[in-house]
Formats: sequence, structure tokens, C-alpha cells
Amino acid sequence: MQLSGNSAVLESASPTLLDLRRGDAAILERIDLPGDDARRLMELGFLPGTRVTAGLSAPGGDPRVFQVDGSEIALRRETARRLKVRKEGGKPRKS
Amino acid sequence: MSQGGDCHGCARVALADFTAAPGLATAVAVIGPPNSGKTTLFNRLTGLRQKVANFPGVTVEQHTGIAQLPDGRQLQLIDLPGVYSLNPRSEDEEVARAVLTGERTGVAKPEAVLLVLDSTNLNRHLMLAAPILALGLPTLLVLNMADDLRHRHGKVDTKKLAAEIGAPVALVSARNGEGLDSVWDFLAGAMPKPAPRQLPILQDVPQCRQWAGNVGAQASYRAPVPPAWTRRLDTIFLHPVAGPVIFLLVVVGVIRTIFEAAAPLNAGIDWLFQASGNWIASTFPPSLVRDLVADGIWRGVGSVVVFLPQVLLLFLFIGILEDSGYLARAALIADRTMARVGLQGKSFIPLLSAYGCAVPAILATRTIENKRDRIATILIAPFMTCSARLPVYALLIAAFIPSRPLLWRLFTTQDAALLGLYVLGFLAAFLTAWALKSSVLKSGRTPFLLEMPAYRLPTFSSLGLRLLDRGKVFLRRAGTVILFAMVVLWVAEHLPLNHGHAPAMEHSVAGMAGHVLEPLIKPLGFNWKIGIGLITSLAARETIIATLGEIYGMDEKTQRASLETALRHDLSIGGAFALLVFFAFAMQCFSTVAVVRRETGGWKWPILQFTYMGALAYAGAFVAYRLF
Repeated sequence: MQLSGNSAVLESASPTLLDLRRGDAAILERIDLPGDDARRLMELGFLPGTRVTAGLSAPGGDPRVFQVDGSEIALRRETARRLKVRKEGGKPRKS
Repeated sequence: MSQGGDCHGCARVALADFTAAPGLATAVAVIGPPNSGKTTLFNRLTGLRQKVANFPGVTVEQHTGIAQLPDGRQLQLIDLPGVYSLNPRSEDEEVARAVLTGERTGVAKPEAVLLVLDSTNLNRHLMLAAPILALGLPTLLVLNMADDLRHRHGKVDTKKLAAEIGAPVALVSARNGEGLDSVWDFLAGAMPKPAPRQLPILQDVPQCRQWAGNVGAQASYRAPVPPAWTRRLDTIFLHPVAGPVIFLLVVVGVIRTIFEAAAPLNAGIDWLFQASGNWIASTFPPSLVRDLVADGIWRGVGSVVVFLPQVLLLFLFIGILEDSGYLARAALIADRTMARVGLQGKSFIPLLSAYGCAVPAILATRTIENKRDRIATILIAPFMTCSARLPVYALLIAAFIPSRPLLWRLFTTQDAALLGLYVLGFLAAFLTAWALKSSVLKSGRTPFLLEMPAYRLPTFSSLGLRLLDRGKVFLRRAGTVILFAMVVLWVAEHLPLNHGHAPAMEHSVAGMAGHVLEPLIKPLGFNWKIGIGLITSLAARETIIATLGEIYGMDEKTQRASLETALRHDLSIGGAFALLVFFAFAMQCFSTVAVVRRETGGWKWPILQFTYMGALAYAGAFVAYRLF
């Protein structure tokens, strides 16, 4: 599975939720979405500084379920791509 | 629950002093984040039946019900849509805010609030407490799903929490009634109220979340462990291969059960109506009124009521799927298809409920923030196979399609036909959505967010209440819209009077109307009798069955025959297929037209929709008649 499309080449420096494999956790850094959309995500628990764990995805890989702040929220890939993360300690895979 | 002296000195909740006009009940609002169990609590307190589901976003308009206190006083409870904040973006959040502040006309301003939060997700849900408490209304914090919290080893100290937020707290499980005594105490004004506290007014979400986390910590809140069963079940239901297969099996299973299990029950109801109809005919002296009742109303309305078991089974399955939490997974599996036609995930919930009825589905589109997405969803919702189509399908399929096994006895030709009709409606909806979304209703994408609730066992009481409610709706339609149509039809069949006798059917007003329509519908394989049915079914789809039942009941030749047998005289197999396709596409429902007009704020969209669906129905039926 390709992790990033062409448009993401410039931003590839900071990984996104899409880069997490099932079971991986990371700290959310920022949400690159317009105010209202970002607010909605934050109300569901996607706050900068929060730990997000990647869960199962729908057949075909999209959308995908993330565990955040005690609940499970499904996001489409196009949205998950906008959530920049910083990998937690442990075993850094790449980046 | 007594008002008595064990807590002298502490202030009573202000509910005790009624300010409402005499005779008017004091209003209490029930509010909380989506899927926190507001509606379950509401139903527990009021006994009023209402749609509840383990699915975010079910309550879209405020519902009210009466709660009777032990001392006989009555309170009006208002069930509000789920909100995460009071900062409205979509129409349902706006409704909630307006009701709470008393800006909404037609609803009493609430004098107290039940704030329902999911205790298994308290830290996040507490974010809503600050803006609600800031309204200054007496508020009870209802921490719901206490049983889940306990089973998953979480805990919370309600006394500390109450002190921390300055409002009383009750830990309850609305699903099984645990802890509801304290809610009743609060409503009766008999609950001790902690000293009020000035809460910070927080505008931005991170600050609010931090505040909520601190409050939770002060109340020694320990979050429950993740739901192990939910995770385990999800590895099966969301499995790349097993997931979609299970999805399909569920759909096929539902369809098959609706057909097979309902048949004996249908026969029973049919027999009851036949027997009682004969009794009426033989007991009362011959008169026009007796004919109207026995041949017209009884036979007409009865032929629709026969399908009550199918409709109840459909809602039983929808109920089980919703309450168990499986529907959220189905939404996830279906999302790719939704995305492909340009619809957002939020459209899925209204579209699913359109399988029951398009009217609540259209109301449910209020949760969609984007105006264009909302209109697109409203326009395609009536294509989903609603429960009013089911009787029509069941009748025509049973009459015209012989039951032959396709996959041994597991799946028959009749099941395939019914499944095909569901698929047909679904395809029409999705192609229409795609056409709309890539032209007039193009819009930017809004993020798809769907909370996955934990799996729960549906309770008998919740399912039972729902079935009772749906059964009542179905029978009420039969007893009002359809009954009225039957009386009008019967009069039209008896005019113009010929020396005090009804004319032959063909020369009656009804018959002439059918004949006027005949040239138009002949290319579809329909004769004038079916034409009369098409006219009456404009009011509601299932009226066509009642109409044909009445027409055949009046005719000496077909009076004794069953509706299925009589139908075979009037329709060829091609005509039957054409009629099925016509019903799959056409917008034959006054209620839907009315609700679309109200929700889109004008006649433009409903007229467009009616015309488009009608044209598609005509074209589809024409093709079907040629093909078979």
C-alpha cells in the first residue's frame, strides 16, 4: 500500500495518521483542516497532544477506525491524511 | 423518594416551585452527546415510544413526552438531538440550543435539564457540562451506562463529581433501569443540590477538554478498559473477506425470513378478515352501508392489514441491527460506495432509515451540515425500498413468481425477486446521487466522522416498544389514509347512480377515471383497473392493494377469488414486472412530498423529485414490460 500520494511529497517530512499501521500509536500534532472541521474532530477527541492508535479498517482499507480518548472513530483516508502525527518512542520504523 | 427530613438544610432543586401556567406541565429537557443513551432514558421516564438506536444521530427533532411523578404531578420531557457542544453548525445542534434557551417557538422553555453523559467515556463527554451548566438551569448530570462502566472495571465518585461541578449527579443504566430512583427524585425536586460553582467559560476545545479531564480526575474517575468483545467482534465483522460476506448473508437472511416466516401469519389475518367480512355481510340487512363496510372497507383495508407481519419483521430486524451496534459497521463497509457517488458518510444514516420510511429519513438529514449534500440525500431517500412498498412487492411476487429453489431451499426465486427490487431502488438512488453530485449539487468534501459504538445486546423492551410503535403507525395509516381512500373510491364506484343502482364498474366515475388513464399506461401492460390503483396509490403506496381488494370485492366474478388469483386475470407476467418496477421508482406518498417541501423550504425540490421519479418509473416499467 502506498503511504503517500504525489501531493504529499512535500509534506512527507511529518507523518500522518495514514502512516500508522494497525496497532501503532502516535501523538497527534496538528490538524490541517478548516476551522469547523478541525473543531468537530477535536470534539471527538482528536486534540493535539493526544495519543491516537490505529485500529481496523473497512474492507478495502478505507475508512479506518482510530482509537482516541476512549472511543473509536472512523475516518476516511482523505481526512486521516490531514492529521499530522509524531511517532511515540518505542521502535521508530522510519521518518 | 419522600420529601422528608433526611437532608434538611440543603437546597431543593428549583423544580419544586412551578411557574408554569396551571394545567401546563413543567418542561424538562434531556440533552447529551450523540449515542449517550438520552432516548433510552427518555423512554424509561415517559413510557412514550420513540425510535432509539445504538447509532449516533437518531434523534433529530425534539420529541416530547409526559413523565408522571409518583406524587401525581406531570412533567413534560423534551428529548433533544445529540450534541457535542452548544456551538451550532448543523441544524440539529441549532434545534438543541434554541430549545434550551427558549428561542424555539412552540416548545416550552425548559425549567430543568437532564444532561445525559456516557459514563464509559466521561472525560470527553464532560466537555458538554460546562456550556450546559452555564445556562443556569437546574441540571442533573446523568451518568449513563453504569453497567458497562462496572463490567469494564471503570469507576467514578459521584459525590466528588457533584461537588466539583456544583450540580447533582446520578449514576444510572437507562437500559436496565438501574439507578433511576435518583432521576425521579431530581424530577420531584427531592434531590439534595450541592453548592453551585462558578464554572469557567471556555470557548476553545483543548481548554474545555483539559477542564473536563481535571474534573474527572477530581472525581476519581477511572476510565473503563477497552471493550474486549467489541474488538474481537470487529475483527470478524470488519474482516476484509468475512466482513462483506457476513453483510450479504445478513441482508439475504432478513429478506428470506420476511418472506417465509410471515406467510402463515398473513394467512391467519386474511382468514380473520374474510370470516368477519362474511359475518358482517350475513348479519346485517342488505343496504348500501352494509356493502360499503363489507365489500369496500373491510376487504380493502383488510388486504393491507394482512401484511402487518412483514412490516413488523422488517422493523424487528432493523431494530436488532441498530441496537446491537452492527449498523455502524455496515455504514463503514458501505462508505466506499457512498464516497464513490460523492455522498458523505453522514448520508448513510438517513438512507438506512429510509428502508423503514422516507419521512423520518428526510428529517434525519438535518444532521448533515452541508446544504447541498443534505438536498442530494433528501432527493434520493425515497428510492430506498420503504416498508410501504413491501406489501405491494410481497403480493405481486407471491402472485406471479413461482417459488423455485435457487440455492437448494435456502434461496428461492421469490427471495431473489425481492432482493432484486431492493437492489433496484438502491441503484436508482446511487446513480441519481452521482448525477446530482457531479452537476447541480457539487460541493466540497466534509470529513467523514463516525463513532463506533460498543456492541450491546438489544433488550426485549427496546425492541418491543419499537415494534408496538411501528405496528401502530402501520395500522393507523390503514385506519385513516387508506380507509378514507377506500370510502372515496367506493363512492366513485357507485356514481352516477342509475335508478338508485350502482352502475357497472366500467361506467362508474372510478371506472371512467381508470379508462381515461388507460391509453397512457397501456404501453406498460396495465389496464384501467390497475389505473385506478395507481391513482389511489398516490396517497400512499400500499393503497393500491386495498384498492384492488375493493374493486375485486365488488365484482361478482372475482368476489370469491383470492386477491392473487384475481390479479392474474388483469396482469400478464410482463405487466406484473412492470408494476413492480413502477413501484420501485415512483414517489407515491403524500407524506414524503409534504416533508420534502417543509425541509427544503419550497415547492421546487419536491416537484422536481416527483416528476423525476415518475418519469423514471414510467420508463422503467415500459422497459420491464418489453423485456418479460
